[in-house]
Amino acid sequence: MSNVPRPRPVEARCGAASGPVRRALLLLLLCLLMLPMGAQAQGEREAEAIALLEALDVRAYADKAHAIEAIVGNGDPRARDWLQALLDGRLQRTEAGRFVVVLDNRGRDWPVADALTGEPLGEISRRDLERLGINNALRNQLRSAIAVVDLHSPDLDQRRASAERLLGEVDAELAAPLAAVIEAETDSGVRRRLVQALAVYRLEQGEVAAVADLEGSLHPRVRVALSRAAGGDDPALAAAAGSALNAIEQLLKVNRAVETLYFGLSLGSVLVLAAIGLAITFGVMGVINMAHGELIMLGAYTTWAMQQLLPGQPGLALLLAIPAGFLVAALAGVAIERGVIQFLKGRPLETLLATFGISLILQQLVRTVISPLNRSVVTPEWMSGSIAINDALSLTLNRLYVLGFALLVFAALMLIMRRSRLGLEVRAVTQNRAMARAMGIRATRVDILTFALGSGVAGLAGVALSQLTNVGPNLGQNYIIDSFMVVVLGGVGNLWGTLVAGLSLGVINQVLEPWAGAVLAKIIVLVLIILFIQKRPRGLFPQQGRAAEG
Amino acid sequence: MWLTRPFNERSTRRFLGVLLGALVLVTVLHVAVPQGHPLHINAYTVNLFGKYLSYALLAVAVDLVWGYLGILSLGHGAFFALGGYAMGMYLMRQIGDRGVYGHPELPDFMVFLDWQSLPWYWAGFDMAWFAFPMVLLAPGALALVFGFLAFRSRVTGVYLSIITQALTFALMLAFFRNEMGFGGNNGLTDFREILGFNLRSDATRLGLFIASGVALALGYVLCRAIVGSKLGRVCVATRDAEARTRFLGYRVERVQLFVFVVSAMLAGLAGALYVPQVGIINPSEFSPLFSIEIVLWVALGGRATLYGAVIGAILVNYAKTVFTGVMPDAWLFALGGLFVLVTVLLPRGVAGLLAYRVQGRRRQHDEGTTGKEVSA
Repeated sequence: MSNVPRPRPVEARCGAASGPVRRALLLLLLCLLMLPMGAQAQGEREAEAIALLEALDVRAYADKAHAIEAIVGNGDPRARDWLQALLDGRLQRTEAGRFVVVLDNRGRDWPVADALTGEPLGEISRRDLERLGINNALRNQLRSAIAVVDLHSPDLDQRRASAERLLGEVDAELAAPLAAVIEAETDSGVRRRLVQALAVYRLEQGEVAAVADLEGSLHPRVRVALSRAAGGDDPALAAAAGSALNAIEQLLKVNRAVETLYFGLSLGSVLVLAAIGLAITFGVMGVINMAHGELIMLGAYTTWAMQQLLPGQPGLALLLAIPAGFLVAALAGVAIERGVIQFLKGRPLETLLATFGISLILQQLVRTVISPLNRSVVTPEWMSGSIAINDALSLTLNRLYVLGFALLVFAALMLIMRRSRLGLEVRAVTQNRAMARAMGIRATRVDILTFALGSGVAGLAGVALSQLTNVGPNLGQNYIIDSFMVVVLGGVGNLWGTLVAGLSLGVINQVLEPWAGAVLAKIIVLVLIILFIQKRPRGLFPQQGRAAEG
Repeated sequence: MWLTRPFNERSTRRFLGVLLGALVLVTVLHVAVPQGHPLHINAYTVNLFGKYLSYALLAVAVDLVWGYLGILSLGHGAFFALGGYAMGMYLMRQIGDRGVYGHPELPDFMVFLDWQSLPWYWAGFDMAWFAFPMVLLAPGALALVFGFLAFRSRVTGVYLSIITQALTFALMLAFFRNEMGFGGNNGLTDFREILGFNLRSDATRLGLFIASGVALALGYVLCRAIVGSKLGRVCVATRDAEARTRFLGYRVERVQLFVFVVSAMLAGLAGALYVPQVGIINPSEFSPLFSIEIVLWVALGGRATLYGAVIGAILVNYAKTVFTGVMPDAWLFALGGLFVLVTVLLPRGVAGLLAYRVQGRRRQHDEGTTGKEVSA
């Protein structure tokens, strides 16, 4: 829409007198409306507000500018909405002279709300509405005015958001009031941001002292301003800005390293989650379960099914999916153990083939019963978003949760294997089956329980993975080779090894990725593992003693 | 002579007889019986049989290392695909300037990627005398390096299986990259002729079918010769008791390396025969699924018999052709079910069943060499 105000036929006809008359009439009407409430003070405030808005409805842009200043100075709580509506061209006037805010300007009739009370007034034909026009100069003024209004807001979040917006946007007009705002600001974070915003402006004005205020800031706008100043004509300023910029670059490098580490640990935690169940079934029991990936997939699909059962409550569904995913995968694991693996005891290569067949069946089952397409699992609100550590570094929450979850699962498994009766029996059966049975341990029962535990953990991994990747029939396949690599690298039968191997593989992958690309990084990691296993065929932490023979 | 000894064996003579009979029969039914006759075999079916035969050779290669050496390779698809790529590169260069872009030297996908010249590793592949040996040498070299590293540090059993799987997985990822210069995920295709014969003519297809059959026969005899030799005895000893064999003074890792490389070369040969018959080679041949499927063929047919591998490969692939045509969704169910059933109920495969029947009829014992006590 053009900024040029259309000729105002009404005013042209009635002349200068019509304005005050109409205003008086309106005032009267409003007073009448307010009378039943008997609130004299409120009536006065409404009159004042109308007067403020009336002042906007003038032709000269200079007068409008004054009117905007008046609104800002008045401190009316609705001022921000008015200014925003004016900026967006949604502050309009009906034929009757009433100020309204257009809620939706599509179609022929627009729904509007009263600008003063905010109550909806139904739909009004666009022809009966008159827009309060603004030009570019006013637009800039409005933006800073809104920022200033926000900076006065009692709400801390609003002040913070406004301060964020101001960085790099400060001009001469805003600089003076900003200094006063900084003085009055109580929150140190907002204050620092405002000081930076002002300093960027001062830097642009050639003030060398401003560099000191910008030191150590990682905000891209600050860096832009500094690098511009560093390339400027003033040698003193350029030198100061240059050294500040160098310091910032150093800091950024550290930040990037931390970020890589975080992503690496996150990827590693996924690998650990996927592999730790395998570390139990393969590492402790010596059973190669190629269907492990599909057990992960079952866990992920359980999450999806839970969310289907509890629509609108993704968070609750996710929490319930943790035990449910464990149970589903554990039961599937027991079925696999009883149905197939128990007949193949002592024949690891045959076990590998049979469980691979099971993995194919499970995949195809999901494809036929549910869908060959990916299902979407909702991330609950408390898991989405990120924590901003500083301007250049923010940690995504879902990855942080998964990292924590992985460590929790690992700790729980460690406890079970080291401190519980089951763990003791599992270790006994692993080391010497015949002797353990002679001591009265029911080896078959231990087998079932161990396999259920390992499979259940795979289900947990699936629940966690559903928050990070697509849930589809191929989910498990993508992790099975990586999981085996982690277990083999860590040393079979060693949970600590799995943790260390998983996390370090994740970090190595992320470190390699920037200069090698994702696919090549993966290939390099695989080749490295193959070479590593040449050197240490039994992994990072090999089992010692008699249990190693076998 | 060790290479002629297999011909003294009953099973080898019988196998070669059946194979020769099948080749002659198919050829006669294809050429001599007129089209439209119920017994006529059309060119498509001949092509299909040729594909099965190259798969059978691949299965024999896997059976050699798994059945007689106890090395379960989950990466033999990689050697197969490497041989296929070597052949594919030769066929690609034979296209010449008849490609879509008409470039005299560069294959289409390179022109498409805006490459200016052939990468160095494509040099020489326009000549058959160079390309055909590469079919054996490329997989052989990979097997030599990989096997040397693995066997020297005594990586065996399940570890070796998983590492071979990682090997083929890594190669698959690598070949999917366009930068590798092997056509990315489209692979190499659009072949025209081999040694001057038009690949799309029926006569060439019949020729390739016969070539596959001959290669299978040669591969079988070679494997049989190895297995029957003193080396083969050491192989079986290694399979059944590796540490004991080593203590007896045999250099187990050398035996393993030699047989592994031979097997990889046979797999490469199978790949090279496969590619001109299907007309395409792409990185999906490197997928771990394919490699593990090969193992299933061998397991179904029966390990450590060689002819069992051939039976398994043909049976499974025939079933696959039928299933994927009739009800594609059911194929993975059937394949998965086969894995489970064969390993649990039929540990000695179809060959085991046959041997059992023969035994029952003759009331006498088996030769004893065909791995009664096959252990993992």
